Amino acid sequence: MDNSESDSSALQAVAGNGLLHRRIFLTRGATLLSATGLGLLTPKLATAQALPELSNVPGAALSGYGTRSEFEGSVKRNNILSYPGTTGSGGSWTPLESLEGIITPSALHFERHHSGIPAINPDTHQLLIHGMVKRPLLFSMDALCRYPMVSRIQFIECSGNSRVGWAPEPVQKSSGGLHGLLSCSEWTGVPLSILLDEAGVDPQAQWLLAEGADSAAMTRSVPLAKAMDDTLIAVYQNGEKLRPSNGYPIRLFLPGYEGNASVKWLRRIKVTAGPTMTRDETAEYTDTRPDGSSLMFTFPMDVKSIITAPSLGRPMQGAGLYEISGLAWSGAGRIAGVDVSVDGGQTWGRAALTEPVFDKAFTRFRAAWRWNGGPAIIMSRAIDESGAVQPSREQFIASKGLKRSYHYNAIQNWKVAPNGEVSNVYA
Amino acid sequence: MLKYLCLIGMLGLALQLLPVTQAYEGPDLGPDLGPDLGPDLGIEATPEQIAAWDISIAPDGEGLPSGSGTAITGAAVYAIRCLACHGHEGAGSLNNRLVGGHGSMSGSTPIRTVGSYWPYATTVFDYIRRAMPYNLSGTLTNEETYAVTAYLLFLNGIIDEDEIMDAQTLAQVQMPNRDNFVLAYPDNPDP
Repeated sequence: MDNSESDSSALQAVAGNGLLHRRIFLTRGATLLSATGLGLLTPKLATAQALPELSNVPGAALSGYGTRSEFEGSVKRNNILSYPGTTGSGGSWTPLESLEGIITPSALHFERHHSGIPAINPDTHQLLIHGMVKRPLLFSMDALCRYPMVSRIQFIECSGNSRVGWAPEPVQKSSGGLHGLLSCSEWTGVPLSILLDEAGVDPQAQWLLAEGADSAAMTRSVPLAKAMDDTLIAVYQNGEKLRPSNGYPIRLFLPGYEGNASVKWLRRIKVTAGPTMTRDETAEYTDTRPDGSSLMFTFPMDVKSIITAPSLGRPMQGAGLYEISGLAWSGAGRIAGVDVSVDGGQTWGRAALTEPVFDKAFTRFRAAWRWNGGPAIIMSRAIDESGAVQPSREQFIASKGLKRSYHYNAIQNWKVAPNGEVSNVYA
Repeated sequence: MLKYLCLIGMLGLALQLLPVTQAYEGPDLGPDLGPDLGPDLGIEATPEQIAAWDISIAPDGEGLPSGSGTAITGAAVYAIRCLACHGHEGAGSLNNRLVGGHGSMSGSTPIRTVGSYWPYATTVFDYIRRAMPYNLSGTLTNEETYAVTAYLLFLNGIIDEDEIMDAQTLAQVQMPNRDNFVLAYPDNPDP
């Protein structure tokens, strides 16, 4: 590309209300961003300060396991909620509004447990594979760790994520508070197909049952085709052994599927002819249609995106150039593109995707916006490689109805007020 | 130490055997190992081990244990083990309502209970036995589990108060909402 041409066009508007061409990120990069004052939204704009006194005493000691800066202690999981009378049966939401890039720190990965977090000693934990197999097999954790492993950076999303979108009035919470039953990690583990091949699966088998070792003995049925395709027995999360809240010592990991099916604290896999019809795939995690019938086994999470900056709790700091930053993901594969609008969906421009763009992973997108200080509604619309397009809330409810509480993937609208405050709006 | 010297020696030998001018054409060492190439480190599980672990019940009743119960005995078990969270006669309290809501699924505010929503009676047994009571799961006997299951089915008007639930009868119970479920795998009719 001709640099002089791109220089002159980089700041040109591509859609209404000041949305700029994504080329601003693709060509001149950091130089242009700094020269034009474009930068990440920060709580306080830089102000001139006296030079800090140089430290003349030694700093803190070395340590065996690191901790974050004491100045970052406010970044915590949102909405920690447990059912009445319980402490570990509920969820906690990843603070998406405080994070950048595509990896969720393990300590901030969302939680959704059905009977607390069990403390499992890997020396005594075993995985049983049985049912419609030639040889039922028991695996110790040491044995599992001798199998070949693969690593993938992929998201996991609770199928109940964003369900507040069905509320008649928009709920005023941060992007993580609304949509944070959602995280993305590097998962490393043993392909389940290797273990199933060793056990010898009966050709008549079509499903398996996965069971956890928590007090709820969480169970879900999984199609054998998925198990043989890309399912992992995950052992590591972001380079270290799984956190207890993510299934230590092992969990099932089903890329792109609703999170509940990726059973944590995995202890048993039973190969079966059909689904077992457990409570969490019949009474829960099913989708009721307008006529009162309900869908079972709606596994893949649909294409979706949210703007995390600016967003509620990350207000604007006065008129000027801003970077819009957000996340897109799809259970169907890679993100093909993200459109951004800053005029309530009247006009759209294509955002820049920040590499890497992985299969069934968070994809970070960015758009440049010259905000004139007036009221604005900003939104993002993701498209995945299957061609699926994220719907508006109006389209979504018209098609799916109001009786569901899972698989909400409609567009998130943020209203920016002239004072810079951001709120959740439906139109 | 000797072991490592041997390894280095073997590696040197292997390198010497490779043709200098050609690309190495050994096996593909990528993650796609294919069938029968795992290290085979599983221990064969005995029938006794499997029986002790396998607590899941299929919708056709496979896995249901021996034992039986009725709503009459179930009411007593419910009062002690379930009522505090689920309320009088399954009306709901701290936690889920279990009874009623029949016919509500087609209305504008569905009430999902065992009676109005759950498609299989076997699931009621399976879930109570594995996960309830919440504070001490897995402590109901099979007799108690059959009895509480019968009590919930009775409260929902699905079986009679003195109807015996066991491995044969429970699997034959037709749940009222059974035919209102649609499989969305492999093809979702409502994408």
